[in-house]
Amino acid sequence: MNLAKTLMASTALTVAAGALAAQDMESPVAGEPMIDSMTLVSWGGAYQNSQQKAYVEPYIEMNPEVSATWDESSNEAVAKLRAMAEAGNITWDLVDVVASDAIRLCDEGLAMEVDHDDILKPAPDGTDASDDFGDLIVSDCFIPQIVYSTTFGYRTDMVPEGVDAPDSVCDVWDTETYPGKRSLERRPINNMEWALYCDGVAKDEIYDVLATEEGQDRALDKLDEIKDDVIWWSAGADTPQLLADGEVFMGSTYNGRLFSVIEEQDQPVGMLWDMQVFDLDGWIIPEDLEEAELNRVLDFLWFATDTQRLADQSAYISYGPARESSAPLVSTHAELGIEMAPHMPTDPDNAENTLLYNYEFWADYRDDIDAKFQAWLAQ
Amino acid sequence: MSDGIAITGAKTLPFSFTLPVVGAAGALFGLFAGTAQGATLLGVLGGAAICAALAWAALSLAGVERERAVKWGVIALFALAGLLVGRIAGAIVGALFGWFLGWFIYWIGRGRYRMFLPPYLTAGEVLWHYTFRVICGAVFVFLITPILVVMPLSFNAENFFTFTPEMLAFDPEGYSLKHYRDFFTSADWQQALRNSILIAPVATLLAVSFGTLAAIGLSSEHVPFRQAIMAVLISPMIVPLIISAAGMYFFYSRIGLQGTYLGVVLAHAALGIPFVIITVTATLVGFDRSLTRAAANLGANPVTTFRRVQMPLILPGVISGGLFAFITSFDEVVVVIFVGSANQQTLPWQMFTGLREQISPTILAVATILVCISIALLTTVEILRRRSERLRGMSPG
Repeated sequence: MNLAKTLMASTALTVAAGALAAQDMESPVAGEPMIDSMTLVSWGGAYQNSQQKAYVEPYIEMNPEVSATWDESSNEAVAKLRAMAEAGNITWDLVDVVASDAIRLCDEGLAMEVDHDDILKPAPDGTDASDDFGDLIVSDCFIPQIVYSTTFGYRTDMVPEGVDAPDSVCDVWDTETYPGKRSLERRPINNMEWALYCDGVAKDEIYDVLATEEGQDRALDKLDEIKDDVIWWSAGADTPQLLADGEVFMGSTYNGRLFSVIEEQDQPVGMLWDMQVFDLDGWIIPEDLEEAELNRVLDFLWFATDTQRLADQSAYISYGPARESSAPLVSTHAELGIEMAPHMPTDPDNAENTLLYNYEFWADYRDDIDAKFQAWLAQ
Repeated sequence: MSDGIAITGAKTLPFSFTLPVVGAAGALFGLFAGTAQGATLLGVLGGAAICAALAWAALSLAGVERERAVKWGVIALFALAGLLVGRIAGAIVGALFGWFLGWFIYWIGRGRYRMFLPPYLTAGEVLWHYTFRVICGAVFVFLITPILVVMPLSFNAENFFTFTPEMLAFDPEGYSLKHYRDFFTSADWQQALRNSILIAPVATLLAVSFGTLAAIGLSSEHVPFRQAIMAVLISPMIVPLIISAAGMYFFYSRIGLQGTYLGVVLAHAALGIPFVIITVTATLVGFDRSLTRAAANLGANPVTTFRRVQMPLILPGVISGGLFAFITSFDEVVVVIFVGSANQQTLPWQMFTGLREQISPTILAVATILVCISIALLTTVEILRRRSERLRGMSPG
């Protein structure tokens, strides 16, 4: 749980730090030969747009000879990188993946191991990059950008009369008080943890329990209680659509999607922060890039992951910057003008009861539990 | 029942037949209406009771002479009921149902359903006659509804695939062209459109050239292993697309075509060739080989013979094959994801990623535009086909 503490501390600094002058440090590869085009891989949608606005456009403004092409393939990045490596034809320069995929790519030797202090800019106060990102560097290949969370949204107009709005993740199981369908992601991760938590398992014992056969059965039994009321989703856009339709009463999705539904699309939706599950998203560099290609990527990364750029990104999407030093610089939404800090999953008020994606546990148990979960789904 | 002469006389049938039939129809509609309101059983029973009661009232109380007035009355009644439940949209659905019910009551009650059928048919045969038509209609509705639903949703003023209350009430506020505007102004969509327009015609041209030559060659008797060669050329149509795509990916990567414009064009041409071969082979069946011999006899070389004699006659087959090849390339998503890179992102690819990451009605706007293009192309094919048949005297039309 070190990571959670770091996250809290980073937002707690919001008040303490003032504006700091940006340092004009050049990237370590400045002056070396570089190619002029980059293929960046990301998720499309609002998230890719925040990257485009916060650091790709400013970078191209500084280096007008450079052009960037987006490939919206992050979802299948692992499979595609494997195929590319097998065909000996890597066409990507920089790939945005979730931390668990970064760990897999790193283990398979498809992503390049980096020294974070060498290739990333120090914080404005001189702190080394590795200290600034802290525990969020979960793999030697992974360069974190944002912290996001998976959490629940609900239709405010479908809360029965005379009942308080849901405020606990266990309200998902309370179909008597809150009738209506639920939408959950079609995978065991997060659902199993929530099920055990709501079945009375203490938070710090969840993974000990889940490591046992009985614990897994217990979680599935708990999920069984609401199985008939669940619509399973697989794309991040599904739950917002189902909520907008009034098809479900509550459903899990990424906090940025809920922010967009509530603040940008103005739908009658509220959100829970209780037991939100933190996860990380960031860059990896594919292994075996040519030197001129690698130099361009490193030059771009030096800029795109500095303190100011990561803070800028939060003006376009409600995900928390991965650098501790960026937190104080989070300002207002680029179009709506609302204060973004209270919408960050890492804001102290929102982060009272949280869980962190357990990369080690799921790396070890994912295949087994996945098979069980799918068999249970098919029953 | 439009054209045709009444060959069986109409007579008023007993209520023991009419009321259950009309009641059953009412129960069916009640099932839908009741389920929509969350009371299935009530809907079924209520629908049956109301419709049977109306049939009895129309046929015995009002009598046959006041048919017109009764029909309008039923329409008004259901329009009003619909208005109360679902405002203007409800009123329209109600009026349509009222119109149907009014017609159905007299059609059953007065025995008009037998009017245009031979009098010797048994009850079972009459039932099958209409059941068959209902099944055909249901198949048609099943095929076409998903496409039709997309079209009004593309004019949604909100950013979701949802019929909002404003849309259902036909409030102009609920509709907008913003998703079409988004399509025509967004750089991503325009780039995708440009790619599709650059790729599809070139792929079509290649597919038509190679496919036509292959079809002509394979239809002459002296070519050895014709069946085997044909099977290989047709295989992209039969092999699952994902297999072709994965194979092309690894092959094209080796020879440096992966992620290039030329690579995507070649891949799409390979997919289009079977369509051209099949349509051109079909036209060649009706082609008289002695014409080419006659041309040769008159001193034309093979190229001139092909250009002046054979090509004009098989042109309709070539063009319809070309249109199928064009649509194949224009709609293709699996192969281009493998063979293309981000620079060759086509419209279907953009729609595919868009659907997964961001459910935006812009996709529906694009889908509507593509459906319109497909309809235009297929209409052209059909007109050409009829024209060629007429010219060759194969159909009297």
